[in-house]
Amino acid sequence: MNFYLVYIAIALGLFGFAAVFALFGVYAERKVSAFIQDRLGPTETGKFGSLQTFADILKMLQKELITPAAADKILFVLAPFIIFIAVYLGFAVMPWGPGLVPVSLNIGLFYVFAIISIETLGIMMAGWGSNNKYSLLGAMRSVAQVISYEIPAGFAIISVVMIAQTLDLQQISIQQGTLSTETIRFLGFADVTHIGGILSWNIFRAPHLIIAFIIYFIASLAECNRAPFDIPEAESELVAGFHTEYTGLRFAFVFLAEYSMMFLVSMLGAILFLGAWNTPLPNMGMVHLADWTTGWAWGIVWISLKALVLVGVQMWIRWTLPRFRIDQLMNLCWKVLTPLAFICMLISGVWRLLLM
Amino acid sequence: MFKNIISNIKTIGVGMSLTLKHLFASKKRRVVDSVKSDNYFAQQDKGTNTIQYPMQKLPVPEVGRYQLFVEIDDCIVCDLCAKVCPVDCIDIDAIKSPDLIGLTSDGSPKRLYAAKFDIDMAKCMYCGLCTVVCPTECITMTNQYDVSVPELDLLTYEFSDMSAELADEKRKIFEEAQAAKQAAKLAAMKKKEEGQ
Repeated sequence: MNFYLVYIAIALGLFGFAAVFALFGVYAERKVSAFIQDRLGPTETGKFGSLQTFADILKMLQKELITPAAADKILFVLAPFIIFIAVYLGFAVMPWGPGLVPVSLNIGLFYVFAIISIETLGIMMAGWGSNNKYSLLGAMRSVAQVISYEIPAGFAIISVVMIAQTLDLQQISIQQGTLSTETIRFLGFADVTHIGGILSWNIFRAPHLIIAFIIYFIASLAECNRAPFDIPEAESELVAGFHTEYTGLRFAFVFLAEYSMMFLVSMLGAILFLGAWNTPLPNMGMVHLADWTTGWAWGIVWISLKALVLVGVQMWIRWTLPRFRIDQLMNLCWKVLTPLAFICMLISGVWRLLLM
Repeated sequence: MFKNIISNIKTIGVGMSLTLKHLFASKKRRVVDSVKSDNYFAQQDKGTNTIQYPMQKLPVPEVGRYQLFVEIDDCIVCDLCAKVCPVDCIDIDAIKSPDLIGLTSDGSPKRLYAAKFDIDMAKCMYCGLCTVVCPTECITMTNQYDVSVPELDLLTYEFSDMSAELADEKRKIFEEAQAAKQAAKLAAMKKKEEGQ
């Protein structure tokens, strides 16, 4: 019985985290965009406008749930929940610290990659179900984009998996710090198993993974439909893309999914490339910084910090770069990122055989 | 191809560093400064640019030409402003007085009461013609520019300080005086006729 209570508590905790992060994320996004554009952003609700998103959510809860007369009712109503649940389930296998992972799954990485693809299905349902030309266009674009960008992202991830030799995200995390049971070599030669810190992160264990990381990051931007790959939502062309017809709580769910997705892909990037919950501080002689800053509480701090920095970069990119045209988007994916990701995978294989 | 990639990376770098600079420059708030100030345009390049309006206001010149104001004591109710107004936003109702009411501050004699002197600021186009034609310079533009009101009617400014009863009384006095005059005229004519 207690077993199930723990399950429910963890599920609620993750949902609460996603909701709180979405609140914080929207506020941060508005502030960052405002500052980049020399504005002030929300200032009136609460100190420095900090209660603005909370007020927005309260407003959304009160709004009428409008279903267009010509909509496909079942698809339309289900879509926001499928979009959100697909992202939410992805959090199930994310490790937060040593021994702190909701589900320890030996195919965790594969599972995450599979489950967040279901989001595309939800977007397609929303676009088709709305029976609105803009929604449908947005959904079509989204599907084309997500399916294309899963390929470079997938190969970038495979190049990590070839180095790590496991799909279990917790194992991948353990390998990148002082808790590792196998030898870690910085750049393939220096033994840093007991030094740890930033030197034992995947991108420094095998430096070609820096390129893989950049490929993964670009592809992840496309997968969560963020600028400069936001053609599915393209405000200036498609009103709001696939979620044009949504109101109230359903719209809130779409938004929640978008921000959860941002955090999820950032967290996955941090786990695969940036040392997961391991500390960036190395052991130096008598000063065992790495050992002192490793533990489950520190783990939560480090993984959150790393993911938040990546989310920050996503926002920074969004408010700097203009949107891609669909042909440019496909060009970049198929002619630049995919070949580069293949090369990274090849180097990973050689690296594993020769240097590890 | 590689040239393209390198130039792309370079230009993205330039753009990203520009936005990053603005992100951290936003610690500085805009100083609310008059347009006459030397660094009015210079200061817009650094820090945030927002003026938080009700709390902060840009200084406007004292002789600003925004809303209309009528100093009704100086008005001789000549109706010139209402005639010149291109959008007919001034509505004046004059009552004649049998004798001199008083003098304005510049010494012009007043012979008319303004029972009604309404200016509909919702119609006003701020051309300022009325202030030009006014012989006693009683209608002026002020430096008040915030004209937001909850109801449209409130934009009709009533400058006449005369109550309806007082206006009726003055009207009656004038009518009586007219009647008396008429009577005197008739009496004089009768006398004249009788004298012939």
